[in-house]
Amino acid sequence: METEINILNHELIPKHILLSQQEKEEVIKHYGIRKINQFPKILKSDPVVQLLEAKPGDLIKIIRKSDTAKESIYYRVVIE
Amino acid sequence: MSEKLQTTSLDDVILPIKILDEIETVCKEKKLNSNQKEKLIQIIKKEYMNSSFEPGEAIGIVSAQSISEPATQMTMRTFHFAGSSGIQVTLGLPRLIEIFDAKKEPTTSTMTLYLKKKYNNKTDSERVADTITEKSLRNFVETVSLDLVNKRIRIKFKKIKKSDLKDTVAKLQKKVKDYKISIKENAMALESKEKQLTIKDLQRIKKRLLDLAVTGIQSVKNAIVVKEGDDWVIKTLGSNFLKVQSFEEIDFMRSYTNNVHEVASVLGIEAARMALIKEIKNTMKQQGLDIDVRHIMLVVDTMTFSGEIKPIGRYGVAGMKQSILTRAGFEETIKHLVKASLRQEEDTFNAIFDNVMVNQLVPIGTGMFDLIAKLGEE
Repeated sequence: METEINILNHELIPKHILLSQQEKEEVIKHYGIRKINQFPKILKSDPVVQLLEAKPGDLIKIIRKSDTAKESIYYRVVIE
Repeated sequence: MSEKLQTTSLDDVILPIKILDEIETVCKEKKLNSNQKEKLIQIIKKEYMNSSFEPGEAIGIVSAQSISEPATQMTMRTFHFAGSSGIQVTLGLPRLIEIFDAKKEPTTSTMTLYLKKKYNNKTDSERVADTITEKSLRNFVETVSLDLVNKRIRIKFKKIKKSDLKDTVAKLQKKVKDYKISIKENAMALESKEKQLTIKDLQRIKKRLLDLAVTGIQSVKNAIVVKEGDDWVIKTLGSNFLKVQSFEEIDFMRSYTNNVHEVASVLGIEAARMALIKEIKNTMKQQGLDIDVRHIMLVVDTMTFSGEIKPIGRYGVAGMKQSILTRAGFEETIKHLVKASLRQEEDTFNAIFDNVMVNQLVPIGTGMFDLIAKLGEE
């Protein structure tokens, strides 16, 4: 009866993508970020981060469903 | 933005997908050719740039006023729905304050549970609602008596199904390990392994036994079934989002709780953001007030910026502000000033409030920008 539940399919959770080092550099350059902690943060203990197995310092791209724009892109940096 | 800047950068403007979709549908309906379509896109891009806010605009203050002006009307128009079906949930201004204060436990937490297709009918939904409701032993018991001579507690059960009785007793056995339990048909006797028991102790044990939760999910006090469209929906009083996951019948992927902290711990901060938006929107809509979602999204984004839900106020967003004078000007003036002076902190006068205090130009709009001369160049 033990069914594996993948919370990533929950309708409240938008799509999370773990960015590679190169992609991360590109995003930082595009937004002119000087310090990585200028990004919004996401905790390492966050359930989604744990499923993605991201480490502190990694950048996560979030594709949100939006009422006003249908899709909007957001970035969060993983912190301890 | 200047006219020149607008025309030159128009090609760089990326329109949101929703607007692009709308353009597509309009083009199909009006049967526009590619030339006309291009023209339409150019016009829309120009309008889009005109209606988006300009660099340096104080959007936070605009949002604050857009939310709080309708909120003042709420106080006068709070209704209580007496006798209406469903779970009574805190609504109106009290609920709005609760959300913005990011209270750990809402006064009335409630879950909305959907069922999987296979179980989406009346009988199954009622059965699930019954099983998730937390029930104490008291609900199953007809009479309780104390055997003072043998120091035993005798319990006579109500007439329930034999299998149910077995389940209850089995669960009870797990919970009370210090007692010896003997069962005789519809009755049960409990004997403590400890010999030195006074009557007072026995009474105490009896009370604790009756309050012991034997079935259901912890803290789910009531569950009712409502039909919404094609779905049979279970609404609960009390919330335990983590435990609900393990029920096979429940479609967890659509289930929802109004306790945003629970959402954050089970589904993560992005889901909590969505839940916060939904809660604020619903609270306002329920009162017949209509605010633009963009204001709500801005507030909620600030609340979830640090990776956890921070309240708007002294211990949250306002308390995190960098400028000492801004914090001192908000609440607990002396505390902030004393702490800052002990730590030799500096105020860089980058914020609005501190600049107002010392009568300087506020860094909003055109006040945000300085002229820097490049020395050594022509």
